[in-house]
Amino acid sequence: MTGESCPPDVQKNLIGIGCPMNMVYAKVELAKLREGQVLELILDAGAPVINVSRSIGREGHTLLKKIQLQDKSWSLLIRKGR
Amino acid sequence: MFDFTDEQLHRYSRNILLREIGVEGQARLCNARVLVVGAGGLGSPAAIYLAAAGVGTIGIVDHDRVDVTNLQRQILHATVDIGRSKVDSAAETIGALNPDTRLEPINMTLCAENVLKIISDYDFVVDGTDNFSAKFLVNDACVIMNIPFSHGGVLGFTGQAMTVIPGRSACYRCIFRQPPPTGAVATCSEAGVLGSVAGMLGTLQATEALKYLTGAGQLLTDTLLRFDALAMRFRTVPLTRQDDCPVCGKKPSINEPFDYEGADCRMEE
Repeated sequence: MTGESCPPDVQKNLIGIGCPMNMVYAKVELAKLREGQVLELILDAGAPVINVSRSIGREGHTLLKKIQLQDKSWSLLIRKGR
Repeated sequence: MFDFTDEQLHRYSRNILLREIGVEGQARLCNARVLVVGAGGLGSPAAIYLAAAGVGTIGIVDHDRVDVTNLQRQILHATVDIGRSKVDSAAETIGALNPDTRLEPINMTLCAENVLKIISDYDFVVDGTDNFSAKFLVNDACVIMNIPFSHGGVLGFTGQAMTVIPGRSACYRCIFRQPPPTGAVATCSEAGVLGSVAGMLGTLQATEALKYLTGAGQLLTDTLLRFDALAMRFRTVPLTRQDDCPVCGKKPSINEPFDYEGADCRMEE
């Protein structure tokens, strides 16, 4: 996973939100951004972080950084594509 | 950008997850206006899927009342609706399915006198009519008004569909210049029709409307899709826009809609 450091323009905490609604909320946030802006998502471990990470690429965005936090949740930094 | 409620994000989540639709496409659907001509075998599934997908406004034109013989295929209506106007029955069904959708019931027969005014308010038209006169009327009016539409037809175990983008793709009259002589082609009331076949074609028409509104994929333009349920085969016939088409050609002779003999124009009281 890339470890590019880039301060997010927007953060969205999706802890407790299961699949696939976490991806729906992620898409709502991404839709508000301009191309090149960065969104940070906080996701539960397991299916949420696996599924959202996979979907981000298919949607044409770039996953810049993916790190596990102390409470076992995950932070994803996503740069909006076209 | 459309401001979705949390309930709407859940309701339309499976649309929004599609890359080709997404949040922006769903917003376009919620702001869209689609006219369904006919609340019958084609119009029923079309209207139901359009409403389920979140199309903001659906107009439904039909002058008829629900009859028990309709219920084998016209899934907007139920046994308790027998005798009611079809547009009222449709409004109740659509309202129960998706309260977000505004249904505009138009209790009229579409005819040359009213067609331009009725269709002018809509972004896309679904032709769910059951006779040749009405199909030519819808085609001519949509071409004249530059409104994209989906043609559909069913008979027996067969069906056909095509999408027309006026000025860009072949229209119905590019292929069929005029209706066949009265009695030359059996109607569904004479020859029968399998309800599920009407469902397939109406659903296909709804899909074309949703694709047009969201910009997803390639439309069924310059192509006639023919379906034979007995063989379970789809066949596509390539079409070309005709320069000598009387409505969309270079020198059109049809510049305003007209009714073929026998078509009536009335409003239910």
